[in-house]
Amino acid sequence: MTAFRVLLLRDLRLATRAGGGMMLALAFFAGVAVLVPLGVGADPRLLARIAGGVLWVGAVLAGLLSLDRMFQADYEDGSLDLIALAPLSLESTVLAKIAAHWLTTGLPLTLLSPVLALLFDLPARGYPALVASLALGTPAVSAIGAIGAALTLAVRRGGLILPLIVLPLLAPAVIFGAGAVPAALDGLSNGALWLVAAFSTAAVLLSPFAAGAAVRLHLAG
Amino acid sequence: MFALANPKRFMDTTAALLPWLAGAAALFLAVGLYLGFTAPPDYQQGDTVKIMFIHVPAAWIAMLAYGLIALASLIGLVNRHPLADVAAKTAAPLGALFTALALITGSLWGRPMWGTYWVWDARLTSFLILLLLYLGYIALWNAIEDEVRAARACAILALVGVVNLPIIEFSVDWWNTLHQGESILRVGGPLIAGVFLWPLGLMAVGYTLLFVTLWIVRIRTEILERRARALIMQGTA
Repeated sequence: MTAFRVLLLRDLRLATRAGGGMMLALAFFAGVAVLVPLGVGADPRLLARIAGGVLWVGAVLAGLLSLDRMFQADYEDGSLDLIALAPLSLESTVLAKIAAHWLTTGLPLTLLSPVLALLFDLPARGYPALVASLALGTPAVSAIGAIGAALTLAVRRGGLILPLIVLPLLAPAVIFGAGAVPAALDGLSNGALWLVAAFSTAAVLLSPFAAGAAVRLHLAG
Repeated sequence: MFALANPKRFMDTTAALLPWLAGAAALFLAVGLYLGFTAPPDYQQGDTVKIMFIHVPAAWIAMLAYGLIALASLIGLVNRHPLADVAAKTAAPLGALFTALALITGSLWGRPMWGTYWVWDARLTSFLILLLLYLGYIALWNAIEDEVRAARACAILALVGVVNLPIIEFSVDWWNTLHQGESILRVGGPLIAGVFLWPLGLMAVGYTLLFVTLWIVRIRTEILERRARALIMQGTA
């Protein structure tokens, strides 16, 4: 557990200090949220309707931004070899990286989303669903993203292939997550929050095995 | 099956088998197409019903190919056999092609029948996602230079995809029923009549044979290419 905590704290420090890209993801998220009304027009009813979907897509894309560095930075400077030699299993290492990624992207994005939802004139009853779905769903982005990051670890321009691999796999998260918001607006309960929570749980529990296997394979060469 | 895992034996067996497979594929496709095009127009869909004969089998093969890739990937990961890796690698572009064929013929059918090339229907959406999965798989394979490493990485991706596919399928169904489609997309409300069922069945067999033929040709090409590369390496060493 100590090794896990040390690794987690190290990654958090790296992400939050200069060049870590945490603020970059938030700025990107805000940029997307500002550009969409410019593109689709300023009709308040339309914007309120699409707020959940736009913010969800924006959050997924912003989460992808820093993913390619998840293992690659450590791989390039050799620290990943040392981490792999440590007593911590690679699966736990991946889990620590997923946690660090979520704490520095998914969580801040979730906290920023209600502020951006103001720009979309989201009715008050939409906010709990929006924040809850992002809080529950963004761990899946980090977890499935970790598989993509591990698979493209030693690949030149892996950052370009990563979204192509990860985005289709994230379709359920976007569908369930964004689906929770209009349902809340209409006063319906469609179980979207439960489904996004279930998807996230499964992703976080299973992806360390896939990502761990991928890291192991790239280190073996 | 594992007896064929020896590349030499595989080459010998398939060399003898290939003309028969190709001939059978051509025969089934020819008869299926003939019956399909001479079938009477549907009372509702008119002549566009004939697109079904090239559309539905393509969709079946598209799904079958992904399952086969996952199976080959599993064998490749567990048994570490190069032939399984080659089988998975070579099936992917074929699968992508059949997926694209299903999407294109589907949208050509949709234009006269639904009045639009594309609807965000659950099945269309999940096929589009399947195409993206195929493209990601092919891109990853092309990006990693080391063959063994590429095979392992792609095998992991294929297995992740096959675990996620049912969830994607479910989520897309759920999403569409939530939003209520804009038109009624159910095709065969009434049972399919025999005049349509026969060509469809023949075309399904023909497509399967065609897929197997092309797959074997691609595997053989890949093996020959690797042998050629090995010979060049020997020559330059």
